[in-house]
Amino acid sequence: MFGKLSLSAIPYNEPIIMGTLLMVCLAGAALLGWVTYQRKWGYLWTEWFTSVDHKRIGVMYVIMALVMLLRGFADAIMMRAQQAIAASDAAGYLPPHHYDQIFSAHGVIMIFFVAMPFVVGLMNLVVPLQIGARDVAYPFLNSLSYWLTASGVVLVMLSMFVGDFAATGWLAYPPLSELKFSPTVGVDYYIWALQLSGLGTTLSGINFVVTILRMRAPGMTLMKMPVFTWTALVTNILIVAAFPVLTVALALLAADRYLDMHFFTNELGGNAMLYINLIWIWGHPEVYILILPCFGVFSEIVSTFSGKPLFGYKSMVYATAGIGVLSFVVWLHHFFTMGSGADVNAFFGISTMIISIPTGVKLFNWLFTMYRGRIRFTVPMLWTVGFMVTFTIGGMTGVLMAVPGADFVLHNSLFLIAHFHNVIIGGVIFGCMAAINYWFPKAFGFKLEERFGRYSFWCWLVGFYMAFMPLYVLGLMGMTRRMNHYANPAWQPYLIVAAVGAGIIALGIGFTILQIAVSIRNRAENRDLTGDPWGGRTLEWSTSSPAPFYNFAVVPQIEELDQFQADKEHKRAYKLQSQYADIHMPRNTGVGVFMAAFGTVLGFAMVWHIWWLAIFGLVGMVSSFISRAYDTDVDYYVPGAEVLKTERARLVPLQKLVDHVDPASAGQKVA
Amino acid sequence: MNKRTFVSALRWSCASVAVFLSGCSLDVLAPEGDIGAQEKSLILIATGLMLVVVVPVIAMTLFFAWRYRASNTKATYAPKWSHSTAIEAVVWTIPCIIIAILATITWRTTHALDPYKPLQSQAKPITIQAVAMDWKWLFIYPDYGVASVNELAFPTNVPVHFEITSDSVMNAFFIPRLGSQIYAMAGMDTQLNLIANEPGSYAGLSSNYSGQGFSDMHFTAIATSQQGFADWVNKAKASSANLDDQAYHTLTQPSEKVPVSYYTNIKPGLFGSIINQYMGDMSMDKIGTPSPAQASAIPSHNDHAKASE
Amino acid sequence: MSSSVITANHGVVAHGDAGHHEHHDDGSKTLLGFWIYLMSDCLIFSALFASFAVLCNATAGGPTSKELFELPYVLGETMLLLFSSFTFGVAMLNMHAGKRNKVIGWLFVTFLFGLGFIAMEVHEFAHLIHEGAGPSRSAFLSSYFALVGTHGLHVSAGLIWIVVMMHMVGKFGLNDVVQRRLSCLSLFWHFLDVVWICVFTIVYLRGVL
Repeated sequence: MFGKLSLSAIPYNEPIIMGTLLMVCLAGAALLGWVTYQRKWGYLWTEWFTSVDHKRIGVMYVIMALVMLLRGFADAIMMRAQQAIAASDAAGYLPPHHYDQIFSAHGVIMIFFVAMPFVVGLMNLVVPLQIGARDVAYPFLNSLSYWLTASGVVLVMLSMFVGDFAATGWLAYPPLSELKFSPTVGVDYYIWALQLSGLGTTLSGINFVVTILRMRAPGMTLMKMPVFTWTALVTNILIVAAFPVLTVALALLAADRYLDMHFFTNELGGNAMLYINLIWIWGHPEVYILILPCFGVFSEIVSTFSGKPLFGYKSMVYATAGIGVLSFVVWLHHFFTMGSGADVNAFFGISTMIISIPTGVKLFNWLFTMYRGRIRFTVPMLWTVGFMVTFTIGGMTGVLMAVPGADFVLHNSLFLIAHFHNVIIGGVIFGCMAAINYWFPKAFGFKLEERFGRYSFWCWLVGFYMAFMPLYVLGLMGMTRRMNHYANPAWQPYLIVAAVGAGIIALGIGFTILQIAVSIRNRAENRDLTGDPWGGRTLEWSTSSPAPFYNFAVVPQIEELDQFQADKEHKRAYKLQSQYADIHMPRNTGVGVFMAAFGTVLGFAMVWHIWWLAIFGLVGMVSSFISRAYDTDVDYYVPGAEVLKTERARLVPLQKLVDHVDPASAGQKVA
Repeated sequence: MNKRTFVSALRWSCASVAVFLSGCSLDVLAPEGDIGAQEKSLILIATGLMLVVVVPVIAMTLFFAWRYRASNTKATYAPKWSHSTAIEAVVWTIPCIIIAILATITWRTTHALDPYKPLQSQAKPITIQAVAMDWKWLFIYPDYGVASVNELAFPTNVPVHFEITSDSVMNAFFIPRLGSQIYAMAGMDTQLNLIANEPGSYAGLSSNYSGQGFSDMHFTAIATSQQGFADWVNKAKASSANLDDQAYHTLTQPSEKVPVSYYTNIKPGLFGSIINQYMGDMSMDKIGTPSPAQASAIPSHNDHAKASE
Repeated sequence: MSSSVITANHGVVAHGDAGHHEHHDDGSKTLLGFWIYLMSDCLIFSALFASFAVLCNATAGGPTSKELFELPYVLGETMLLLFSSFTFGVAMLNMHAGKRNKVIGWLFVTFLFGLGFIAMEVHEFAHLIHEGAGPSRSAFLSSYFALVGTHGLHVSAGLIWIVVMMHMVGKFGLNDVVQRRLSCLSLFWHFLDVVWICVFTIVYLRGVL
């Protein structure tokens, strides 16, 4: 009846897990109680959960990312604490089976459920606004994508309390991840969480490619697209091209585990190297899927706060596209030590270092954007400068490891760990934090306050260097990754420093939460009335903050790269029309939520081999989708009069202000 | 020639860094064998080469950020300036040149340091077969008829030819102070050629996570004199334990923190049959029936890796 | 900007001053998106073909493709699928001609051919498993069942889609939405045909010859 599931699946005897469970339950109950007390369920359901508005979906993605950042970071702190005390073969406080799950979950969560929702959320929030569109190409699919990602989150979180999670490392290399060596449900949770969220990501990728290719405002040729949109386009093409391979790799692993097949087993002709190739054919583009949008973010920010157009826009575009193409021919550098011949290793090594050329060009272009600028050191700009320095170091160690001869001694060491945290924290996380600070007013109508933002930045920066520079050294000392304990006492001081560094990063996260809380409390002071709080250059700043649900009352006509900047300079911005046409908008729908709920049931049932429930989940998913196809009431028109009312309320008071200020920094002075 | 002087200049410029780093027992940068020494200098040369562009970029970032801060109204402000063909040419060219040099070095060293490549030496290489198990290392000396668990020994200045496989999940064989590592995979025979130029006991480990007992899956690599090695072999020979099917089967059972032990009377062809048990219809009970045909059936790992690309 | 005339339809902005292409045309957006989806699906099959190529000789002492596959039978399957593609084409012609009942009729014929294909495939699988050549026997057979089975699952999904579309044509007639969906289904069905040709050539023909 319940497959492999029984009450013994709950790890009662693990005090750490039970304590966490208690806290999650209490916090959850408090949250649910508060929502109930405030009678906000209806509001949440109609305005958020069922929303197909890309801005709201974007906000929900980012909230998901922030919540999961806490979980992933808790894992990080536990690992750092374990390694800081488990010297000279001391046991530490985490037994291997628990520790192994933690580092696997840390990697999976940080990549799939923190970094991915962050960048997908940002693209949701910003891309349609930057291209002058009113929504994405397929608003319902967009909602579905979000909720499928949420399904993955639910499964990963459930694995902590019901059963266990994969103890295989974040990529679940077979044969370790095969049933023979990992007989518990951990790897199954891994497979189904990633399949569900991966499906969501693929759909999202298709959605955004079509959105960017087909829904740009008239006049916006490809070479007039804002750089962030360019990076989003390349990223989504990478998603569409790479995620199917992940789907296959995981499906074949599932076939081994569920149907006794032999793709990657030791026995009967299986070949684990096939999995390792497949997973990295997805995995390497994946890191560019994460970093490219952040490159876009930095490009926007550095140009806005330097008060100049981006230097070398065309170079930037070609570099982005070049990185996208090259990212598919470098995957083998993740396993130079597998014994491929020297020619193969050298080819992949050199193609890897070629990627550093367009990346280097990007850095120079940001530098020359700052050159002869008037740089305002707001919080987003701080993150950007911090990124430029940190990422350069991470890039250097990356190229070093692209040299096979060097990788032969650095592979799988803490040097590698330091390297990829160097680029993922220094690039992706810094980029997302910069983006949150930059676009927050566009989403909510008020700016984040600066002081705690600066504290957060400095904690992250100092904490990062303290946490990961020692890891470079440890790698050179011969310490390998994923160790639960170690014999060499000489490693311990470095690991203690790294643990302190992680603690400082924790402070940084705390300051970010504080920053958001304080900003919400003081939102009246930081209200952005112009819609353009930073003196922005691209279209998203031409609408109000928060942007109206229809984004643009009139679809803009594009003539320039920095269209809004030009409009401000020529005093064309903020013009109120005497009348507006009706606007066609998609209607909200709960089908995405239902499908993802059935999907969660399907995943959970598959994990525990509860076949009837799995069939129920699958049938539920498919029939919800079909029922949606029969729904003919999927859109509506916003009357022009209502648009006029909204626009008048914003523009009439604004007109008086902007007419008197210098257009280049309109937003600054008004705000 | 020019390149060579450039490289040697870099080598010198990195020397100070090396001195500093060797002060804190950086195993990877304190090699005791030729392969490790080459890899160390490769790391230093590549790093130095990249610092040529990295240092200016970081310096310019900080300098521009400071110089063009909004409060510094004395600095030039060019609000429209966004293109310069000259600068673009330079910023594309410099990384291209550096990567071109690095690519040349990479091509050369990747071939020179190919783990499969036999080492040049007057001394006749010694062959050691390493088997990764849950969670220990078995080392078989086919030419000496001995085997050991979690300890291996070899003479200094003699090339050591490792044949490596796994009788469980994937692991990686790594002795940081001697240089390269390579994966150990079931049903496959990967190879590694190392040499120790200085006597000593060096830490060895599995550098690829392999499950529960992984953290304790380390071993000691003893590089010693010819006499010391002969003594070590005799010590192993004096062991009362034979490595027959029974003993081998016991070894394959998962165990952690396994103490050093020695075996003698090694079943002939054991290593080949460990690999062959995963090659299709062969099964465990055929272990120990080697034949030339079987030995040649051991797949060269290169074929596999290429096939799966 | 002020020269813009805004039409109510789909938020399209038509400009008096230049012949701008229509932007928010819903039908073309859907088709483009569906093409991109097909490309990603194509990559799924590519990865499966690659896996098959890597593992096709890993028979682990078990039966080889030469011993297992019967070309005439597979040729029968292929013919069914090819015919179904043809009949779908006829259904699409009728759609363009606006003949609602004929569309339903030809969709039904397509459905029958597709069902026949699936039935033959299931029978073939059952036969192989019965002979001890199931997916657990060797890596080669695993990759064979996964590749051919994935195609079969796609065809089955297509069959469900055909049923839904038959009902929709009956219920809504041949309106824009239904036509758009039929076009997507048509792409999907022909795509599966192309994939099957590759399966037939690479798995069966190459395996037997």
